[in-house]
Amino acid sequence: MIKQENKWRYKKIIKNVAFCLLCLLVAACCIFPFYWAVVSSLRDSASLFSTELWPSSITLNNYKSVFCDVTFGHSFMNSVVVAFLTTLLTLMVCLLAAYPLARHRFPGRKRVLMIALSVSTLPHVAVLSGLFELIRILDIYNEKSALILSYMIITVPFTLWAMTNFMNSIPKEIEEAAIMDGASKYVILTKVFFPILKPAVVTTGLLAFIAAWNEFLFALTFTLTNQARTVPVSLALFTGASQHELPWGLIMAASVVVTMPLILLVVIFQRRIISGLTTGAVKG
Amino acid sequence: MTSEFVQLKHQMRKSNLYHWLFLTPCLVTLILCAGWPLLRTVYFSFTDATLDNLRGSSFIGVENFISLARDHDWWRAVLNTFVIAFVSVPMETVLGMVIALILHRNFRGRGWMRAVVLIPWTIPTIVSARIWAWMLNDVYGIVNELLLRMSIIVAPVPWIASSSLSIASMIMVDVWKTTPYMALLLLAGLQGLPQDCFEAAEVDSIPFSKSFVKIILPLMKPTIIVAMIFRTLDAVRIFDLVYILSSGNSANATMSVYARKHLVDYTDVGFGSAAATALLFFIAFLSVLYVPFNRRKMQDL
Repeated sequence: MIKQENKWRYKKIIKNVAFCLLCLLVAACCIFPFYWAVVSSLRDSASLFSTELWPSSITLNNYKSVFCDVTFGHSFMNSVVVAFLTTLLTLMVCLLAAYPLARHRFPGRKRVLMIALSVSTLPHVAVLSGLFELIRILDIYNEKSALILSYMIITVPFTLWAMTNFMNSIPKEIEEAAIMDGASKYVILTKVFFPILKPAVVTTGLLAFIAAWNEFLFALTFTLTNQARTVPVSLALFTGASQHELPWGLIMAASVVVTMPLILLVVIFQRRIISGLTTGAVKG
Repeated sequence: MTSEFVQLKHQMRKSNLYHWLFLTPCLVTLILCAGWPLLRTVYFSFTDATLDNLRGSSFIGVENFISLARDHDWWRAVLNTFVIAFVSVPMETVLGMVIALILHRNFRGRGWMRAVVLIPWTIPTIVSARIWAWMLNDVYGIVNELLLRMSIIVAPVPWIASSSLSIASMIMVDVWKTTPYMALLLLAGLQGLPQDCFEAAEVDSIPFSKSFVKIILPLMKPTIIVAMIFRTLDAVRIFDLVYILSSGNSANATMSVYARKHLVDYTDVGFGSAAATALLFFIAFLSVLYVPFNRRKMQDL
Protein backbone atom coordinates (compact mmCIF):
# COMPACT_ATOMS: atom_id res chain seq x y z
CA MET A 1 0.00 0.00 0.00
CA ILE A 2 2.73 2.44 1.03
CA LYS A 3 4.82 1.36 -1.90
CA GLN A 4 1.92 2.10 -4.19
CA GLU A 5 1.51 5.54 -2.67
CA ASN A 6 5.22 6.29 -3.05
CA LYS A 7 5.13 5.27 -6.64
CA TRP A 8 2.15 7.51 -7.20
CA ARG A 9 3.93 10.38 -5.51
CA TYR A 10 7.09 9.98 -7.56
CA LYS A 11 5.04 9.90 -10.70
CA LYS A 12 3.42 13.15 -9.70
CA ILE A 13 6.76 14.81 -8.94
CA ILE A 14 8.17 13.71 -12.28
CA LYS A 15 5.08 15.02 -14.01
CA ASN A 16 5.38 18.39 -12.28
CA VAL A 17 9.07 18.70 -13.09
CA ALA A 18 8.36 17.87 -16.72
CA PHE A 19 5.62 20.47 -16.78
CA CYS A 20 7.94 23.12 -15.31
CA LEU A 21 10.62 22.30 -17.87
CA LEU A 22 8.08 22.60 -20.67
CA CYS A 23 6.97 26.00 -19.32
CA LEU A 24 10.57 27.17 -19.14
CA LEU A 25 11.25 26.01 -22.68
CA VAL A 26 8.19 27.84 -24.03
CA ALA A 27 9.04 30.98 -22.06
CA ALA A 28 12.64 30.89 -23.28
CA CYS A 29 11.54 30.60 -26.90
CA CYS A 30 9.16 33.52 -26.49
CA ILE A 31 11.57 35.84 -24.70
CA PHE A 32 14.98 35.01 -26.13
CA PRO A 33 14.81 37.07 -29.37
CA PHE A 34 13.77 40.17 -27.48
CA TYR A 35 16.36 39.51 -24.81
CA TRP A 36 19.00 39.20 -27.52
CA ALA A 37 17.90 42.52 -29.02
CA VAL A 38 18.29 44.18 -25.61
CA VAL A 39 21.72 42.61 -25.08
CA SER A 40 22.91 43.61 -28.56
CA SER A 41 21.66 47.15 -28.09
CA LEU A 42 23.71 47.51 -24.90
CA ARG A 43 26.98 46.51 -26.58
CA ASP A 44 29.49 48.97 -27.96
CA SER A 45 30.50 48.58 -31.60
CA ALA A 46 33.69 46.72 -30.67
CA SER A 47 31.91 43.87 -28.87
CA LEU A 48 28.74 43.93 -30.98
CA PHE A 49 29.60 40.70 -32.72
CA SER A 50 30.48 38.84 -29.56
CA THR A 51 28.09 36.03 -28.81
CA GLU A 52 28.34 35.90 -25.04
CA LEU A 53 24.84 35.44 -23.70
CA TRP A 54 25.51 37.93 -20.93
CA PRO A 55 27.19 41.24 -21.90
CA SER A 56 30.44 41.88 -20.01
CA SER A 57 30.36 45.63 -20.51
CA ILE A 58 27.28 47.79 -20.94
CA THR A 59 26.98 51.04 -22.85
CA LEU A 60 23.98 53.24 -23.50
CA ASN A 61 25.56 54.89 -26.54
CA ASN A 62 23.16 53.25 -28.97
CA TYR A 63 20.18 54.59 -27.03
CA LYS A 64 21.73 58.04 -26.91
CA SER A 65 22.08 58.08 -30.68
CA VAL A 66 18.52 56.79 -31.13
CA PHE A 67 17.06 59.51 -28.92
CA CYS A 68 19.23 62.23 -30.46
CA ASP A 69 18.23 61.20 -33.96
CA VAL A 70 15.74 63.82 -35.14
CA THR A 71 14.20 61.49 -37.73
CA PHE A 72 13.51 58.82 -35.17
CA GLY A 73 11.95 61.35 -32.80
CA HIS A 74 9.66 62.51 -35.60
CA SER A 75 8.64 58.97 -36.44
CA PHE A 76 7.99 58.15 -32.82
CA MET A 77 5.70 61.14 -32.40
CA ASN A 78 3.95 60.33 -35.68
CA SER A 79 3.33 56.79 -34.53
CA VAL A 80 1.92 57.98 -31.21
CA VAL A 81 -0.41 60.52 -32.82
CA VAL A 82 -1.60 58.24 -35.63
CA ALA A 83 -2.16 55.23 -33.39
CA PHE A 84 -3.96 57.32 -30.79
CA LEU A 85 -6.27 59.09 -33.25
CA THR A 86 -7.00 55.87 -35.12
CA THR A 87 -7.99 54.22 -31.86
CA LEU A 88 -10.18 57.13 -30.80
CA LEU A 89 -11.99 57.38 -34.14
CA THR A 90 -12.45 53.63 -34.39
CA LEU A 91 -13.93 53.42 -30.91
CA MET A 92 -16.35 56.28 -31.56
CA VAL A 93 -17.56 54.91 -34.86
CA CYS A 94 -17.84 51.34 -33.61
CA LEU A 95 -19.53 52.16 -30.30
CA LEU A 96 -22.24 54.00 -32.20
CA ALA A 97 -22.69 51.17 -34.68
CA ALA A 98 -22.53 48.41 -32.08
CA TYR A 99 -25.57 49.79 -30.23
CA PRO A 100 -28.21 48.84 -32.81
CA LEU A 101 -26.23 45.74 -33.84
CA ALA A 102 -26.12 44.39 -30.32
CA ARG A 103 -29.45 45.49 -28.89
CA HIS A 104 -31.91 45.18 -31.75
CA ARG A 105 -32.79 42.65 -34.39
CA PHE A 106 -33.54 44.47 -37.62
CA PRO A 107 -33.28 43.56 -41.30
CA GLY A 108 -29.75 44.03 -42.64
CA ARG A 109 -28.13 43.54 -39.26
CA LYS A 110 -26.46 40.24 -40.06
CA ARG A 111 -25.37 41.61 -43.41
CA VAL A 112 -23.53 44.48 -41.73
CA LEU A 113 -21.72 42.08 -39.41
CA MET A 114 -20.84 39.81 -42.33
CA ILE A 115 -19.47 42.76 -44.30
CA ALA A 116 -17.26 43.72 -41.38
CA LEU A 117 -16.04 40.13 -41.15
CA SER A 118 -15.20 39.98 -44.86
CA VAL A 119 -13.37 43.30 -44.68
CA SER A 120 -11.16 41.80 -41.98
CA THR A 121 -10.03 39.06 -44.36
CA LEU A 122 -9.26 41.41 -47.28
CA PRO A 123 -5.64 41.41 -48.39
CA HIS A 124 -4.47 44.96 -47.75
CA VAL A 125 -2.58 45.09 -50.99
CA ALA A 126 -5.93 44.73 -52.80
CA VAL A 127 -7.09 48.15 -51.61
CA LEU A 128 -3.72 49.79 -52.13
CA SER A 129 -4.21 51.36 -55.57
CA GLY A 130 -7.81 52.40 -54.83
CA LEU A 131 -6.76 53.98 -51.56
CA PHE A 132 -3.84 55.67 -53.25
CA GLU A 133 -6.22 57.30 -55.70
CA LEU A 134 -8.61 58.33 -52.93
CA ILE A 135 -5.75 59.82 -50.91
CA ARG A 136 -4.60 61.78 -53.97
CA ILE A 137 -8.15 63.07 -54.52
CA LEU A 138 -8.48 64.11 -50.86
CA ASP A 139 -4.99 65.61 -51.15
CA ILE A 140 -3.73 63.96 -47.97
CA TYR A 141 -0.77 62.02 -49.39
CA ASN A 142 2.19 62.00 -46.99
CA GLU A 143 -0.05 63.17 -44.14
CA LYS A 144 -1.20 61.55 -40.94
CA SER A 145 -4.85 61.61 -42.00
CA ALA A 146 -4.01 59.29 -44.91
CA LEU A 147 -2.62 56.76 -42.47
CA ILE A 148 -5.56 57.10 -40.10
CA LEU A 149 -8.02 56.56 -42.95
CA SER A 150 -6.22 53.46 -44.19
CA TYR A 151 -5.71 51.98 -40.70
CA MET A 152 -9.45 51.97 -40.15
CA ILE A 153 -9.70 49.00 -42.51
CA ILE A 154 -7.72 47.02 -39.94
CA THR A 155 -9.19 48.34 -36.70
CA VAL A 156 -12.89 48.82 -37.49
CA PRO A 157 -13.90 45.19 -38.26
CA PHE A 158 -12.58 43.59 -35.07
CA THR A 159 -13.57 46.54 -32.89
CA LEU A 160 -17.11 46.40 -34.27
CA TRP A 161 -17.36 42.68 -33.55
CA ALA A 162 -15.89 42.96 -30.09
CA MET A 163 -18.08 45.95 -29.16
CA THR A 164 -21.18 44.18 -30.47
CA ASN A 165 -20.35 41.07 -28.45
CA PHE A 166 -19.64 43.03 -25.28
CA MET A 167 -22.78 45.14 -25.62
CA ASN A 168 -24.80 42.02 -26.26
CA SER A 169 -23.96 40.82 -22.77
CA ILE A 170 -25.49 43.81 -20.99
CA PRO A 171 -28.76 42.76 -19.28
CA LYS A 172 -31.93 43.91 -20.99
CA GLU A 173 -33.38 45.31 -17.75
CA ILE A 174 -30.82 48.09 -17.60
CA GLU A 175 -31.81 49.36 -21.03
CA GLU A 176 -35.52 49.01 -20.28
CA ALA A 177 -35.16 50.99 -17.07
CA ALA A 178 -33.42 53.78 -18.96
CA ILE A 179 -36.15 53.78 -21.61
CA MET A 180 -38.79 54.04 -18.88
CA ASP A 181 -36.98 57.09 -17.54
CA GLY A 182 -37.34 58.63 -20.98
CA ALA A 183 -33.69 58.46 -21.99
CA SER A 184 -32.98 58.82 -25.70
CA LYS A 185 -30.90 56.21 -27.52
CA TYR A 186 -27.90 58.49 -27.57
CA VAL A 187 -28.17 59.08 -23.82
CA ILE A 188 -28.55 55.36 -23.18
CA LEU A 189 -25.39 54.70 -25.18
CA THR A 190 -23.24 57.43 -23.65
CA LYS A 191 -24.57 57.63 -20.09
CA VAL A 192 -25.73 54.09 -19.38
CA PHE A 193 -23.84 51.65 -21.59
CA PHE A 194 -20.52 53.44 -21.89
CA PRO A 195 -19.71 53.36 -18.16
CA ILE A 196 -20.56 49.65 -18.04
CA LEU A 197 -18.48 48.97 -21.12
CA LYS A 198 -15.45 50.99 -20.04
CA PRO A 199 -13.23 47.97 -19.34
CA ALA A 200 -14.19 46.44 -22.69
CA VAL A 201 -13.54 49.76 -24.43
CA VAL A 202 -10.08 49.96 -22.86
CA THR A 203 -9.28 46.40 -23.96
CA THR A 204 -10.47 46.84 -27.52
CA GLY A 205 -8.83 50.25 -27.68
CA LEU A 206 -5.53 48.68 -26.64
CA LEU A 207 -5.81 46.11 -29.41
CA ALA A 208 -6.60 48.83 -31.95
CA PHE A 209 -3.66 50.88 -30.69
CA ILE A 210 -1.27 47.96 -31.01
CA ALA A 211 -2.56 47.17 -34.51
CA ALA A 212 -2.14 50.78 -35.62
CA TRP A 213 1.28 51.06 -33.98
CA ASN A 214 2.54 47.97 -35.80
CA GLU A 215 1.06 48.68 -39.23
CA PHE A 216 3.62 48.74 -42.03
CA LEU A 217 2.24 48.36 -45.57
CA PHE A 218 0.09 51.50 -45.65
CA ALA A 219 2.63 53.56 -43.75
CA LEU A 220 5.31 52.54 -46.22
CA THR A 221 3.15 53.35 -49.23
CA PHE A 222 1.39 56.54 -48.21
CA THR A 223 4.33 58.44 -46.74
CA LEU A 224 7.27 59.84 -48.58
CA THR A 225 9.34 62.06 -46.29
CA ASN A 226 11.13 61.42 -43.03
CA GLN A 227 8.83 63.91 -41.32
CA ALA A 228 5.74 61.86 -42.11
CA ARG A 229 7.00 58.32 -41.50
CA THR A 230 5.96 56.10 -38.62
CA VAL A 231 8.37 54.05 -36.56
CA PRO A 232 8.03 50.68 -38.37
CA VAL A 233 8.83 52.38 -41.69
CA SER A 234 11.88 54.23 -40.43
CA LEU A 235 13.05 51.05 -38.78
CA ALA A 236 12.66 49.16 -42.05
CA LEU A 237 14.48 51.86 -44.00
CA PHE A 238 17.26 52.17 -41.43
CA THR A 239 20.36 51.33 -43.43
CA GLY A 240 24.03 51.98 -43.03
CA ALA A 241 26.57 52.97 -45.64
CA SER A 242 26.07 49.62 -47.35
CA GLN A 243 24.08 46.42 -46.97
CA HIS A 244 27.01 44.83 -45.15
CA GLU A 245 27.50 47.62 -42.69
CA LEU A 246 24.05 47.75 -41.16
CA PRO A 247 24.27 49.59 -37.81
CA TRP A 248 22.92 46.57 -35.92
CA GLY A 249 23.47 48.01 -32.46
CA LEU A 250 21.47 51.09 -33.38
CA ILE A 251 18.72 49.07 -35.06
CA MET A 252 18.40 46.88 -32.00
CA ALA A 253 18.24 49.90 -29.68
CA ALA A 254 15.51 51.46 -31.83
CA SER A 255 13.67 48.12 -31.88
CA VAL A 256 13.73 47.94 -28.10
CA VAL A 257 12.50 51.54 -27.77
CA VAL A 258 9.60 50.81 -30.13
CA THR A 259 8.62 47.58 -28.45
CA MET A 260 9.04 48.52 -24.78
CA PRO A 261 5.77 50.49 -24.48
CA LEU A 262 3.83 47.61 -26.02
CA ILE A 263 5.41 45.00 -23.78
CA LEU A 264 4.61 47.08 -20.72
CA LEU A 265 0.99 47.40 -21.88
CA VAL A 266 0.75 43.66 -22.41
CA VAL A 267 2.25 42.79 -19.04
CA ILE A 268 -0.12 45.20 -17.28
CA PHE A 269 -3.27 44.39 -19.24
CA GLN A 270 -2.50 40.75 -20.02
CA ARG A 271 -5.83 39.41 -18.74
CA ARG A 272 -7.90 42.01 -20.53
CA ILE A 273 -6.03 41.70 -23.80
CA ILE A 274 -6.59 37.96 -23.84
CA SER A 275 -10.32 38.35 -23.26
CA GLY A 276 -10.50 41.06 -25.93
CA LEU A 277 -8.58 39.03 -28.49
CA THR A 278 -10.80 36.04 -28.09
CA THR A 279 -14.08 37.95 -28.03
CA GLY A 280 -13.33 39.87 -31.21
CA ALA A 281 -12.29 36.78 -33.06
CA VAL A 282 -13.31 33.19 -33.47
CA LYS A 283 -15.49 31.45 -30.97
CA GLY A 284 -15.92 27.84 -32.08
CA MET B 1 -56.64 49.72 -30.62
CA THR B 2 -56.02 50.97 -34.13
CA SER B 3 -54.44 54.18 -32.99
CA GLU B 4 -52.22 52.24 -30.64
CA PHE B 5 -51.21 50.03 -33.53
CA VAL B 6 -50.42 53.02 -35.72
CA GLN B 7 -48.43 54.56 -32.91
CA LEU B 8 -46.46 51.38 -32.41
CA LYS B 9 -45.77 51.16 -36.13
CA HIS B 10 -44.62 54.75 -36.17
CA GLN B 11 -42.35 54.09 -33.24
CA MET B 12 -40.87 51.08 -34.98
CA ARG B 13 -40.14 53.05 -38.11
CA LYS B 14 -38.54 55.75 -36.02
CA SER B 15 -36.35 53.25 -34.22
CA ASN B 16 -35.37 51.68 -37.54
CA LEU B 17 -34.23 55.10 -38.66
CA TYR B 18 -32.18 55.35 -35.48
CA HIS B 19 -30.46 52.08 -36.24
CA TRP B 20 -29.26 53.28 -39.60
CA LEU B 21 -28.34 56.68 -38.23
CA PHE B 22 -26.09 55.02 -35.65
CA LEU B 23 -24.65 52.71 -38.27
CA THR B 24 -23.91 55.41 -40.84
CA PRO B 25 -20.45 56.57 -39.60
CA CYS B 26 -19.24 52.99 -39.46
CA LEU B 27 -20.62 52.09 -42.88
CA VAL B 28 -19.21 55.25 -44.45
CA THR B 29 -15.80 54.42 -42.96
CA LEU B 30 -15.93 50.88 -44.31
CA ILE B 31 -16.95 52.12 -47.76
CA LEU B 32 -14.22 54.79 -47.78
CA CYS B 33 -11.36 52.61 -46.60
CA ALA B 34 -12.40 49.25 -48.02
CA GLY B 35 -15.36 49.06 -50.39
CA TRP B 36 -14.61 51.87 -52.81
CA PRO B 37 -10.79 51.30 -52.95
CA LEU B 38 -11.41 47.61 -53.57
CA LEU B 39 -13.70 48.33 -56.52
CA ARG B 40 -11.19 50.80 -57.94
CA THR B 41 -8.36 48.26 -57.62
CA VAL B 42 -10.39 45.69 -59.54
CA TYR B 43 -11.16 48.36 -62.15
CA PHE B 44 -7.49 49.41 -62.42
CA SER B 45 -6.50 45.80 -63.06
CA PHE B 46 -8.24 46.08 -66.46
CA THR B 47 -6.45 49.32 -67.36
CA ASP B 48 -2.94 50.50 -68.17
CA ALA B 49 -2.92 52.95 -65.24
CA THR B 50 0.41 54.09 -63.83
CA LEU B 51 1.13 55.83 -60.56
CA ASP B 52 1.55 59.23 -62.25
CA ASN B 53 -1.35 58.72 -64.58
CA LEU B 54 -4.28 57.23 -62.68
CA ARG B 55 -7.02 59.31 -64.28
CA GLY B 56 -5.98 59.16 -67.92
CA SER B 57 -5.69 55.39 -68.04
CA SER B 58 -7.45 53.44 -70.74
CA PHE B 59 -9.24 50.11 -70.64
CA ILE B 60 -7.12 47.26 -71.97
CA GLY B 61 -9.23 44.22 -71.06
CA VAL B 62 -7.55 41.18 -69.56
CA GLU B 63 -4.10 41.98 -70.93
CA ASN B 64 -2.64 42.50 -67.43
CA PHE B 65 -3.91 39.11 -66.33
CA ILE B 66 -2.43 37.44 -69.40
CA SER B 67 1.02 38.90 -68.75
CA LEU B 68 0.60 37.99 -65.08
CA ALA B 69 -0.10 34.38 -65.99
CA ARG B 70 3.01 34.38 -68.19
CA ASP B 71 5.25 35.83 -65.51
CA HIS B 72 7.47 33.20 -63.97
CA ASP B 73 8.10 35.40 -60.90
CA TRP B 74 4.37 35.61 -60.18
CA TRP B 75 3.95 31.84 -60.04
CA ARG B 76 7.03 31.68 -57.86
CA ALA B 77 5.34 34.18 -55.52
CA VAL B 78 2.11 32.14 -55.53
CA LEU B 79 4.06 29.01 -54.67
CA ASN B 80 6.02 30.77 -51.91
CA THR B 81 2.84 32.17 -50.40
CA PHE B 82 1.11 28.81 -50.24
CA VAL B 83 4.19 27.03 -48.95
CA ILE B 84 4.47 29.60 -46.15
CA ALA B 85 0.75 29.47 -45.34
CA PHE B 86 0.29 25.71 -45.49
CA VAL B 87 3.44 24.87 -43.56
CA SER B 88 3.27 27.53 -40.89
CA VAL B 89 -0.44 27.28 -40.01
CA PRO B 90 -0.37 23.55 -39.10
CA MET B 91 2.84 24.10 -37.11
CA GLU B 92 1.24 27.00 -35.27
CA THR B 93 -1.82 24.90 -34.53
CA VAL B 94 0.19 22.09 -32.94
CA LEU B 95 2.43 24.43 -30.93
CA GLY B 96 -0.53 26.66 -30.10
CA MET B 97 -2.43 23.66 -28.76
CA VAL B 98 0.49 22.76 -26.50
CA ILE B 99 0.67 26.32 -25.17
CA ALA B 100 -3.11 26.52 -24.76
CA LEU B 101 -3.09 23.32 -22.70
CA ILE B 102 -0.31 24.76 -20.52
CA LEU B 103 -2.17 28.03 -20.00
CA HIS B 104 -5.40 26.21 -19.28
CA ARG B 105 -3.88 24.46 -16.28
CA ASN B 106 -4.06 26.13 -12.95
CA PHE B 107 -0.57 26.73 -11.63
CA ARG B 108 1.34 29.42 -9.81
CA GLY B 109 2.74 32.01 -12.20
CA ARG B 110 0.09 31.44 -14.84
CA GLY B 111 -0.44 35.18 -15.21
CA TRP B 112 3.25 35.69 -15.94
CA MET B 113 3.26 32.80 -18.33
CA ARG B 114 0.38 34.33 -20.25
CA ALA B 115 2.12 37.70 -20.49
CA VAL B 116 5.36 36.04 -21.62
CA VAL B 117 3.59 34.01 -24.29
CA LEU B 118 1.98 37.18 -25.63
CA ILE B 119 5.34 38.90 -26.18
CA PRO B 120 6.09 37.55 -29.70
CA TRP B 121 2.61 38.63 -30.79
CA THR B 122 3.08 42.14 -29.40
CA ILE B 123 6.42 42.90 -31.00
CA PRO B 124 5.79 44.81 -34.25
CA THR B 125 6.38 42.51 -37.22
CA ILE B 126 9.03 44.82 -38.61
CA VAL B 127 10.90 44.69 -35.32
CA SER B 128 10.74 40.92 -35.08
CA ALA B 129 11.83 40.61 -38.70
CA ARG B 130 14.84 42.81 -37.94
CA ILE B 131 15.68 41.00 -34.69
CA TRP B 132 15.52 37.63 -36.42
CA ALA B 133 17.52 38.90 -39.39
CA TRP B 134 20.20 39.86 -36.86
CA MET B 135 20.00 36.54 -35.02
CA LEU B 136 20.08 34.58 -38.28
CA ASN B 137 22.93 36.62 -39.77
CA ASP B 138 25.25 34.07 -41.40
CA VAL B 139 28.48 35.54 -40.03
CA TYR B 140 27.61 37.16 -36.70
CA GLY B 141 24.25 35.56 -35.88
CA ILE B 142 23.66 33.95 -32.52
CA VAL B 143 21.68 31.09 -34.06
CA ASN B 144 24.61 29.83 -36.12
CA GLU B 145 26.93 30.37 -33.18
CA LEU B 146 24.79 28.31 -30.80
CA LEU B 147 24.27 25.54 -33.34
CA LEU B 148 28.03 25.47 -34.01
CA ARG B 149 28.80 25.33 -30.31
CA MET B 150 26.41 22.42 -29.83
CA SER B 151 28.00 20.91 -32.97
CA ILE B 152 24.65 20.44 -34.67
CA ILE B 153 26.10 22.09 -37.75
CA VAL B 154 29.74 22.13 -38.89
CA ALA B 155 29.71 25.36 -40.92
CA PRO B 156 27.66 28.57 -40.64
CA VAL B 157 24.33 28.29 -42.47
CA PRO B 158 23.22 31.15 -44.77
CA TRP B 159 19.69 31.28 -43.28
CA ILE B 160 18.57 34.35 -45.18
CA ALA B 161 20.96 34.60 -48.11
CA SER B 162 20.11 31.18 -49.56
CA SER B 163 16.73 31.35 -51.22
CA SER B 164 15.40 27.91 -50.22
CA LEU B 165 16.49 28.35 -46.59
CA SER B 166 15.14 31.86 -46.60
CA ILE B 167 11.57 30.59 -47.05
CA ALA B 168 12.17 28.18 -44.18
CA SER B 169 13.43 31.07 -42.05
CA MET B 170 10.34 33.11 -42.89
CA ILE B 171 8.14 30.20 -41.85
CA MET B 172 10.04 29.88 -38.59
CA VAL B 173 9.72 33.57 -37.75
CA ASP B 174 6.05 33.57 -38.74
CA VAL B 175 5.40 30.56 -36.51
CA TRP B 176 7.25 32.25 -33.66
CA LYS B 177 5.21 35.40 -34.10
CA THR B 178 1.71 34.02 -34.59
CA THR B 179 1.65 30.94 -32.38
CA PRO B 180 0.65 33.04 -29.33
CA TYR B 181 -2.44 34.26 -31.15
CA MET B 182 -3.35 30.73 -32.17
CA ALA B 183 -2.80 29.59 -28.59
CA LEU B 184 -5.24 32.22 -27.32
CA LEU B 185 -7.93 31.22 -29.81
CA LEU B 186 -7.54 27.59 -28.79
CA LEU B 187 -7.44 28.55 -25.11
CA ALA B 188 -10.80 30.28 -25.52
CA GLY B 189 -12.09 27.05 -27.05
CA LEU B 190 -10.74 25.00 -24.14
CA GLN B 191 -12.37 27.33 -21.65
CA GLY B 192 -15.67 26.93 -23.47
CA LEU B 193 -15.66 23.15 -22.99
CA PRO B 194 -17.50 21.60 -20.04
CA GLN B 195 -14.88 21.41 -17.30
CA ASP B 196 -15.72 17.83 -16.24
CA CYS B 197 -14.15 16.49 -19.40
CA PHE B 198 -10.80 17.75 -18.09
CA GLU B 199 -11.46 16.06 -14.77
CA ALA B 200 -12.22 12.89 -16.67
CA ALA B 201 -9.00 13.39 -18.59
CA GLU B 202 -7.05 13.71 -15.36
CA VAL B 203 -7.97 10.27 -14.09
CA ASP B 204 -4.62 8.78 -13.28
CA SER B 205 -4.94 5.43 -14.94
CA ILE B 206 -5.37 6.99 -18.35
CA PRO B 207 -2.30 8.66 -19.86
CA PHE B 208 -2.91 12.28 -20.82
CA SER B 209 -2.10 11.66 -24.46
CA LYS B 210 -4.91 9.14 -24.70
CA SER B 211 -7.55 11.24 -23.01
CA PHE B 212 -6.44 14.19 -25.12
CA VAL B 213 -6.93 12.31 -28.37
CA LYS B 214 -10.17 10.63 -27.25
CA ILE B 215 -11.90 13.40 -25.33
CA ILE B 216 -10.47 16.89 -25.80
CA LEU B 217 -9.51 16.79 -29.46
CA PRO B 218 -12.94 15.73 -30.81
CA LEU B 219 -14.62 18.44 -28.73
CA MET B 220 -12.10 21.03 -29.90
CA LYS B 221 -12.40 20.13 -33.58
CA PRO B 222 -14.75 22.99 -34.57
CA THR B 223 -12.58 25.58 -32.80
CA ILE B 224 -9.40 24.19 -34.35
CA ILE B 225 -10.86 24.21 -37.86
CA VAL B 226 -12.20 27.75 -37.60
CA ALA B 227 -8.94 29.01 -36.10
CA MET B 228 -6.92 27.32 -38.85
CA ILE B 229 -9.05 28.78 -41.64
CA PHE B 230 -8.91 32.17 -39.99
CA ARG B 231 -5.12 32.02 -39.76
CA THR B 232 -4.71 30.65 -43.29
CA LEU B 233 -6.65 33.61 -44.69
CA ASP B 234 -4.31 35.84 -42.73
CA ALA B 235 -1.13 34.00 -43.72
CA VAL B 236 -1.90 34.15 -47.45
CA ARG B 237 -1.65 37.94 -47.42
CA ILE B 238 1.66 38.00 -45.49
CA PHE B 239 3.68 41.09 -46.31
CA ASP B 240 5.81 42.77 -43.61
CA LEU B 241 7.97 39.83 -42.67
CA VAL B 242 8.67 38.80 -46.24
CA TYR B 243 9.37 42.39 -47.29
CA ILE B 244 12.16 42.65 -44.71
CA LEU B 245 13.57 39.12 -44.86
CA SER B 246 13.56 38.78 -48.66
CA SER B 247 15.22 42.23 -48.95
CA GLY B 248 14.00 42.75 -52.49
CA ASN B 249 14.95 39.31 -53.80
CA SER B 250 12.04 38.46 -56.11
CA ALA B 251 12.70 34.72 -55.80
CA ASN B 252 11.47 34.90 -52.20
CA ALA B 253 8.53 37.25 -52.69
CA THR B 254 4.97 36.41 -51.74
CA MET B 255 1.87 37.57 -53.64
CA SER B 256 1.43 40.72 -51.54
CA VAL B 257 5.09 41.67 -51.89
CA TYR B 258 5.01 41.00 -55.63
CA ALA B 259 1.86 43.09 -56.11
CA ARG B 260 3.19 46.02 -54.13
CA LYS B 261 6.51 45.93 -55.95
CA HIS B 262 4.84 46.30 -59.33
CA LEU B 263 2.30 48.77 -58.04
CA VAL B 264 4.60 51.16 -56.22
CA ASP B 265 8.24 50.48 -57.11
CA TYR B 266 7.61 49.94 -60.85
CA THR B 267 4.62 52.40 -60.72
CA ASP B 268 2.63 49.96 -62.89
CA VAL B 269 -0.73 50.34 -61.15
CA GLY B 270 -2.63 48.34 -63.78
CA PHE B 271 -0.39 45.28 -63.56
CA GLY B 272 0.07 45.54 -59.78
CA SER B 273 -3.70 45.77 -59.32
CA ALA B 274 -4.12 42.67 -61.48
CA ALA B 275 -1.77 40.79 -59.14
CA ALA B 276 -3.65 42.15 -56.12
CA THR B 277 -6.96 41.10 -57.69
CA ALA B 278 -5.59 37.61 -58.29
CA LEU B 279 -4.61 37.43 -54.61
CA LEU B 280 -8.10 38.60 -53.73
CA PHE B 281 -9.46 35.79 -55.85
CA PHE B 282 -7.37 33.22 -53.98
CA ILE B 283 -8.57 34.58 -50.65
CA ALA B 284 -12.20 34.59 -51.80
CA PHE B 285 -11.77 30.98 -52.84
CA LEU B 286 -10.38 30.07 -49.41
CA SER B 287 -13.15 32.03 -47.67
CA VAL B 288 -15.75 29.80 -49.30
CA LEU B 289 -14.40 27.09 -47.02
CA TYR B 290 -15.09 29.35 -44.10
CA VAL B 291 -18.78 29.86 -44.87
CA PRO B 292 -20.29 26.67 -43.39
CA PHE B 293 -18.43 27.25 -40.12
CA ASN B 294 -19.32 30.85 -40.15
CA ARG B 295 -22.99 30.16 -40.38
CA ARG B 296 -22.89 28.44 -37.04
CA LYS B 297 -21.08 31.43 -35.56
CA MET B 298 -23.71 33.82 -36.88
CA GLN B 299 -26.47 31.77 -35.30
CA ASP B 300 -25.24 32.46 -31.77
CA LEU B 301 -25.68 36.17 -32.27
